Amino acid sequence: MEERIIDIQHVSKSFGDKNVLHDINLYVKKGEFITLLGPSGCGKTTLLRMIAGFLHPDEGLIVMDGNDITEVPPHLRQLNTVFQRYALFPHLDVYDNIAFGLKLKKTPEDEIDKRVRKVLKLVSMSDYEDRDVESLSGGQQQRIAIARAIVNQPQILLLDEPLAALDLKMRKDMQIELKEMHRKLGITFIYVTHDQEEALTLSDTIVVMNEGIIQQIGTPMDIYNEPVNSFVADFIGESNILNGRMLRDRRVEFIGHEFDCVDEGFGEDVPVDVVVRPEDIYFAKKDSEVQFKATVKSCVFKGVHYEMFVDTDSGNELMIQDYDPYPVGGEVGLYIDPDDIQVMRKERTENTFEGVMKAPDKVEFLGAEFECADTGLQAGDKVLVRVPFDGVDLLDSDDEATLSGNVFFILYKGNHYHLTIKTENGDKVWVDTDDIWDKNDFVGINILPKDIHIEKKDE
Amino acid sequence: MKKILAKAYLWLVLVILYAPIVFIAVFSFTEAKSMGNWTGFSMNLYKNLFTGSMQNSAGLLSAVENTLLIALVASLVATLLGTVAAIGIFNMKGRKKQTMQFLLLFVFLHISQGYLTVILAHITFCTPYVVLNVLPKLSQMNPNVYEAALDLGATPFQALRKVLVPALRPGMISGFILSFTMSLDDFAVTFFTRGTIGLDTLSTFIYTDARKGGLTPELKPLMTIIFLVILAVLLVINVRSTKTSKVQ
Repeated sequence: MEERIIDIQHVSKSFGDKNVLHDINLYVKKGEFITLLGPSGCGKTTLLRMIAGFLHPDEGLIVMDGNDITEVPPHLRQLNTVFQRYALFPHLDVYDNIAFGLKLKKTPEDEIDKRVRKVLKLVSMSDYEDRDVESLSGGQQQRIAIARAIVNQPQILLLDEPLAALDLKMRKDMQIELKEMHRKLGITFIYVTHDQEEALTLSDTIVVMNEGIIQQIGTPMDIYNEPVNSFVADFIGESNILNGRMLRDRRVEFIGHEFDCVDEGFGEDVPVDVVVRPEDIYFAKKDSEVQFKATVKSCVFKGVHYEMFVDTDSGNELMIQDYDPYPVGGEVGLYIDPDDIQVMRKERTENTFEGVMKAPDKVEFLGAEFECADTGLQAGDKVLVRVPFDGVDLLDSDDEATLSGNVFFILYKGNHYHLTIKTENGDKVWVDTDDIWDKNDFVGINILPKDIHIEKKDE
Repeated sequence: MKKILAKAYLWLVLVILYAPIVFIAVFSFTEAKSMGNWTGFSMNLYKNLFTGSMQNSAGLLSAVENTLLIALVASLVATLLGTVAAIGIFNMKGRKKQTMQFLLLFVFLHISQGYLTVILAHITFCTPYVVLNVLPKLSQMNPNVYEAALDLGATPFQALRKVLVPALRPGMISGFILSFTMSLDDFAVTFFTRGTIGLDTLSTFIYTDARKGGLTPELKPLMTIIFLVILAVLLVINVRSTKTSKVQ
């Protein structure tokens, strides 16, 4: 078994009512560059701060090198952190900032001097030791922050979005330098970022998180090529996410056509999500290659490639990236390699809610009362309510709506949008709609009686 | 025209503000008991003040001593207390934070009256000024700086001493100076907390002296000296701060 330097076991954390981390299990191998990746508020920074010791989990254990460190205060942990906004000590110069940790440990003066010079060289800041830290640029301050952490020779370096405050070019340069530093030092890096490109460039292992739950752990290649769900597919890189149907092993149907694929074991005639990366859709040169036809709607030059949107003959919109441009309005023949079709089991195919009957034709769920068809059930009966995705109506205001919420997550599925709505009570409702909504839009929610399907729950 | 009027107004205000001080300073160089009575130039009042050969000499000098001592002790303790309180308040959340700030303003200690009560009372009313000077420094500070110190192996106390206090120092210094000034010229709080043992600060001394009929003439040179000392300190601070801002 590889050596685990950090082992996080069943860690949960709430701030007030808000559940930030939910039963996290994760281990980090010695010497690995691991990245916690996710949108803001997904809990990645909270997890990092727990490893550093600034927060304590409500439940669970954090084990380092075989020792439980869950309750060990930060100054006794053998790891160092690079903070997002550098957090250099403004009253000390560059040299004293870097020497801070060593001086606390009562390291001899000449040893401190040797090590500070060495790390300054490593971060290419050799001539800056007497400078005031506030006179340095953002990139230089970041280098000093890194130097200040690694001079203590920690076993693990924690980095909390260290490049977020830098401009694009600087960020790219620093990425290469960080990777190089990791190779030279040979210590474990735990890196937090919301930038998927950064994660793909730097990491040995990526941990994709959303809403306090680990979505997928894998190498950058795994995560990019074989996302396990539509969240990961959407978050990492550009992608076409489409509703499909697994017909049988190695045969899938989507955008109105059947395709060969390499996935097996889904069963027959099962609804699935299909992900196709825009660079994996090819323009057919020969008629025999054509799997489906489409009309080019737009074509934009993106530097290395052209980004095109096409309407397929079945009315789906696809994004395609290709080195060659194709004329807007022209009809093209397209094909997709079986290897490039990623099939994912659907997380859900309809909304299901726990509910209680209020009358034979009234049911309460999501904290509101809905009219439904006469069920013959009695008030107080516990029921399971099923609502199809397209059975939920969204309104601009909550004047005539039964309940309201905010658009939480948007997924474009080629010919419709799949929205996640978070209601006022924090429940989630999934909706298929043709209308365009923006993230965080306030919406009213209505469900017609015909779309409410009720089953009595067995006690 | 408007500019000239504005300037004239400013100068008028300045003259009204400073005329009494100039008046006192001028009449500290003559011997007359009552103000406005010039009996020729003399340094006798200054001589009396420093040799202590005057009617109320003991009272006046000990009042000056008391004033300075109380101001020094009270503002030092208030600076410590206020900084700690500010850190505490800053790290509290929401509603609790507001009630604490009110408490600080209204807390009043009552122990048997004398030197101790005056100092305690001064500490009490000075502490909020320190808190109000330190709090903005805390919110300007990078919140991760304290954590960075812990992360590098500092114990919480070391982090406080080596990182937090240096970062808060400007706020602490201005809080100290403000407390010192507030304590120096306080009359009401001292008057009601000094009790009956005959403790006098400068302000209460002047109050009783004036009620006895006529101020001790040596107060005039004393006021002149105090005024000049403060003026000198302010000039030094201003020159220094313009220098440092030019460097930056």
